[in-house]
Amino acid sequence: MTGRIAELLRALGARIVNNWIWRLGFACRFLWFTLRESGASFRRFHLTIREIYFTGVLSLIIILVSGLFVGMVLGLQGYDTLVRYGSSEALGVLVSLSLVRELGPVVAGLLFASRAGSAITAEIGLMKATEQLSAMEMMAVDPIARVVAPRFWAGVISMPLLAALFSAMGVFGGYLVGVRLIGVDEGSFWSQMQAAVDFREDVLNGVIKSLVFGVAVTWIAVYEGYDAPPTAEGVSGATTRTVVTSSLAILALDFVLTALMFRGH
Amino acid sequence: MMTRKELDLWVGIFAVIGIGAMLFLSLKVANLASFSAADSYQITAKFDNIGGLKVRAPVKSAGVVVGRVGEIRFDNESFEAVVALNIDGRYQFPKDSSAKILTSGLLGEQYIGLTAGGDSVSLKGGDTLKLTQSAVVLENLIGQFLYNKAAEGTEKK
Amino acid sequence: MATSNLVEVQDVTFSYDERRVLKDINLVVPRGKVVAIMGLSGCGKTTLLRLIGGALFPDRGEVRVAGRVVNKLRDAELFALRRRMGMLFQFGALFTDMSSFENVAFQMREHTNLPESIIRDLALMKLQAVGLRGAADLLPSELSGGMARRVALARSIALDPMLMMYDEPFTGLDPISLGVIGQLIRRLNDSLGATSIVVTHDVAEALELVDYVYYMSAGKVEFQGTPDQVRAAGLSSLRQFVYGEPDGPVPFHYPAPDYRQDLLAQ
Repeated sequence: MTGRIAELLRALGARIVNNWIWRLGFACRFLWFTLRESGASFRRFHLTIREIYFTGVLSLIIILVSGLFVGMVLGLQGYDTLVRYGSSEALGVLVSLSLVRELGPVVAGLLFASRAGSAITAEIGLMKATEQLSAMEMMAVDPIARVVAPRFWAGVISMPLLAALFSAMGVFGGYLVGVRLIGVDEGSFWSQMQAAVDFREDVLNGVIKSLVFGVAVTWIAVYEGYDAPPTAEGVSGATTRTVVTSSLAILALDFVLTALMFRGH
Repeated sequence: MMTRKELDLWVGIFAVIGIGAMLFLSLKVANLASFSAADSYQITAKFDNIGGLKVRAPVKSAGVVVGRVGEIRFDNESFEAVVALNIDGRYQFPKDSSAKILTSGLLGEQYIGLTAGGDSVSLKGGDTLKLTQSAVVLENLIGQFLYNKAAEGTEKK
Repeated sequence: MATSNLVEVQDVTFSYDERRVLKDINLVVPRGKVVAIMGLSGCGKTTLLRLIGGALFPDRGEVRVAGRVVNKLRDAELFALRRRMGMLFQFGALFTDMSSFENVAFQMREHTNLPESIIRDLALMKLQAVGLRGAADLLPSELSGGMARRVALARSIALDPMLMMYDEPFTGLDPISLGVIGQLIRRLNDSLGATSIVVTHDVAEALELVDYVYYMSAGKVEFQGTPDQVRAAGLSSLRQFVYGEPDGPVPFHYPAPDYRQDLLAQ
């Protein structure tokens, strides 16, 4: 009996070590290689610009539309709650603080993971499956420098911009619903917001959050793509893992960052 | 296939509106521009008790934000709280104005309310407000209430 | 001897994890020749090419290219050596997000500082050599299998390599494209003064164009010789391979329990 339990524990331990610890270690080493080989991404910036087009510009529509709707919903729901306490002018505060601090970075990050992150994984995975990466290596071009690093930096650059656009669109959506539709006083909507939102505490921290999410999502995406088994199932599995892992990473990191940033306020 | 020029254009547009959104959040939402330290002057006020007042809390007069709390420290001689207020340079107040610590709503944030006096001389940077009223601390209020009740009880006997 | 052979593989053993793929392989490729490495699928031919290209390292033994031991080079030296090698992958492995022209120009842009006008001329010359100058602006997805293979060939000769390696260049091609690729391999080898290694199981085509043949089976070199010697050889497994007989030393049936017993078991 004890023998079987020991056996079970050993199998579990081996699973954890092989599936998680080993992969995490490899992912860290991979990030280090990516950073080390990043020179070309900036020296030949057009490589990165191309990837910003695919990760950033092509994510614009989904980010802008989602931001607008999230802001409009916040406007409706927030008004409904605030009006019970007779403080509907605080609608601007509620909408802008929730967006700038939390929803902007987090929801934009989740959308970014499923729109751009999955695309990055699928693209790199397919390049590996069709031997394009091997071919590049045989041509004495390092695929990490030429393929991985520009995508990584494009994601890191795009993400804060997308999150800011999401928040701005959301505030606009809240304004449309609150001021234009419901009729909250426009002056107090903006002035209360401006009195309550702090640049360093709220806006800057939101930008830092989105930057961290950008690093996490693109790191996971390029790693999963590069590590994908070179088959059709391998690539599709890696794409799914990218979305799942990076979504979990965003939510977990959000908790840690929030605890660090807004503790005691 | 997109040419490099088209790519550059789109990425340029993306960068411009992205940075535009950041500026919008900083300037319009957080109102960074309308209040810079450059055109403000600092006055101080002493309070017995500041309650839950925090740095960067608004300073309002007649409900309008006219400045922000710059610094809060403890004076170890008078055993009072010393609060530095950064007042927007556009606004001038008489020398005998008074400051109160107020709460927005029942449970809202605390802020400082400035009430203008009647003096013809205006406050300058470095001046100290003479008249102040401390924060209402709920515990003290309840304590006072209970004490009064108890006192009433003994008087009646 | 070292001077006349461009590639020398000496006592090389290689395994993927536990599985032995190559066992004490010895093989030389003389300068200027086209050498075929033939064998059944999964006999380790492609692995051998990767060892020569330095993408894999042997467990034991040495791989020498142009007198240098590939498996002992530092990264920078290996990359320098690879610039003088060209490799054609099984399905071409063209970069799917670039046009034919950009694919061919890729190495020139990565490794040289040539001005755009010269890169254009050079890339068009390479495309002309494979007859596809007219397809310069097409994407790989718009090319047929045979054309994609030719563009990939043009890409692999972009920097005029001294050693060309072909990994199954004939797989999945129609007879015309197949003949075209075969001819191109021979012609480019002779006009560039290069040396070529062709890994294939397409016997008929390979025997027409190569100078020398290594026949591999189960990780060993089973037979070597000129195409005529191969055709005349009495080795039964080679005969089966060359003439495409379905059954012989290499059995048609995967090992299984007795047929009758299996059917009656239920």
